[in-house]
Amino acid sequence: MARLRTRKHKVVLSRSTGGDIGITLLLVLIGAFMFLPMFYVVLQSFKPLDELWIFPPRFLVYNPTFKNYKDLFILMNTSWVPFSRYVFNTVFVSVVGTTGNLFLSSLAAYAMAKIKFPGRSWMFKLVRTSLMFHATVTAIASFIIMSAFHWVDTYWAIVIPAFCTSLGLYLMKQFMESNVSDAVLESARLDGASEFKTFWVIAMPMVKPAWLTLIIYSFQGLWNSGSSIYIQSEQLKSFNYAIQQIVAGGIKRAGAGAASTVIMMLVPITVFIIMQSNIIETMGSSGMKD
Amino acid sequence: MSEKTATKKAVARKDMTKAQWTWKEMKNNRVAYLMIAPFMFLFTIFTVVPVVLSILISFTDFNLLEVPNIVFIDNYIRLFLDDDIFLIAAKNTFVFAAIVGPTSYFMSLLIAWFINELAPKIRSIVTLIFYAPSISGQVYLIWGTLFSGDSYGWINGQLLEFGIVSTPIQFFEDADWVMPLCIVVALWTSLGTSFLAFIAGLQGIDRSLYEAGAVDGVRNRWQELWYITLPSMKPQLMFGAIMAITQSFGFGSVVTALCGFPSVDYAAHTIMHHLEDYGGMRFEVGYSSAIAVVLFFIMIGSNMLVKKFISKVGQ
Repeated sequence: MARLRTRKHKVVLSRSTGGDIGITLLLVLIGAFMFLPMFYVVLQSFKPLDELWIFPPRFLVYNPTFKNYKDLFILMNTSWVPFSRYVFNTVFVSVVGTTGNLFLSSLAAYAMAKIKFPGRSWMFKLVRTSLMFHATVTAIASFIIMSAFHWVDTYWAIVIPAFCTSLGLYLMKQFMESNVSDAVLESARLDGASEFKTFWVIAMPMVKPAWLTLIIYSFQGLWNSGSSIYIQSEQLKSFNYAIQQIVAGGIKRAGAGAASTVIMMLVPITVFIIMQSNIIETMGSSGMKD
Repeated sequence: MSEKTATKKAVARKDMTKAQWTWKEMKNNRVAYLMIAPFMFLFTIFTVVPVVLSILISFTDFNLLEVPNIVFIDNYIRLFLDDDIFLIAAKNTFVFAAIVGPTSYFMSLLIAWFINELAPKIRSIVTLIFYAPSISGQVYLIWGTLFSGDSYGWINGQLLEFGIVSTPIQFFEDADWVMPLCIVVALWTSLGTSFLAFIAGLQGIDRSLYEAGAVDGVRNRWQELWYITLPSMKPQLMFGAIMAITQSFGFGSVVTALCGFPSVDYAAHTIMHHLEDYGGMRFEVGYSSAIAVVLFFIMIGSNMLVKKFISKVGQ
């Protein structure tokens, strides 16, 4: 940390040892605050019953066991709606919602970033403004709209609004603006390619990091969605909801609960590990200039 | 159309009125409207219309069953003058957002800055450690286990073991504890999008600026941060602020999951909960829409304010 590397040669900036130590200490402290609870969930999931309910409680696990995971599996098989149905619901909603979001957002982002048409600026500003409030404030009105469409208690109430996330459009538009060169698009147009073809064949392959990011954001949101005000039928409820019901079983299910949390968090974490560099690249152009 | 052709056209068509020229441009670019149409159509239905609808309903006494009557600003009068719980909720919301928003923002920025000089491999591992709680769904419930009100909760266990307390503290049933604990948990899950944006912003800064800075007499990392780093990543600072502020108003579900609903003595009752109470449980849709509208303007207002403030950084 003492030196900053630059492309051509090393520039020696004064990096005080005191500052280095202070920063490292702070980093370790906050790191422990972030990491230990996560680690504790994992440890809990491997604890046998007598270690979960012992006084004084121990942080570490002494006799690790897979029993909690087996219990969870058995509980899953005894639910009255087959567990595979919950899994299907979550996978269906996540896949359809994410695909639609990717396609609609990219298409709109391309037009806003690369075609000069009257109205594009205020439309983008409108979408950007919606980043400034939480969806909860519109929940009641949205419910009334969903009822009017007769979409309450169907997949569509979850899937269709997921098609038009403002963050997705925002990130995609910013990324296209700084990473797709106008000259390349112009030459494709001169070669007679239609605007749709230019978008699909030329622009989309150039913004791979952005669409991977969009997929992850959309997928994470849908994967983590538990109970929804729109869904009442047990057959349509999500995997996450079913897992929460299992955990809600109280003391004797503490172990299975921890196991289910670990399984639920494993998916988004794994996806993030694989895609991290793409997300960071996309965020590089996320800045807001005015 | 690229920038060049568009400007050329604008110059060439001086003979037309603005409206005529706009109409011509719209016709030339009709494919663009076709491309944004699906998104903007759904966006209008599921985001714009709900906002407008909320505002309209907030002037009525709609309750989902009867034909609504227009009551003008009665809902707002009741909200601010007759509803003591709302005032508690408003206070809690401000305290919560005023602590969580800025703390999470500066924590994201500081950590991103600290880890920026680490080797790439180590940096990505550290990033994962800090980012993981925000994407792991319900994992924050572990705080309920750690701070459980019986002697099997880890914190209470330690306190009892070392003789600091004689009976377990009922963390989530004690009005003095719920708010601070919820703030800690909210902070724990708050290193999200803005954190990643800052990491990316720091990576994107042209290294030669630091070189030039060193020549110009930048002496230490603090001067470097203030004179070079922060001004260079202003767009990310802006985006991160909006993400952090919006997020800081959205922790209602975390509070409900940990403290129950309503929380003890309304100690962690936020406007979000008040909204849920009247909208989701009592079906006083008109009144709850007024709550939603107030919350909406608080969110937009604080975002605008901070945006204005950040745009002055380094000027």
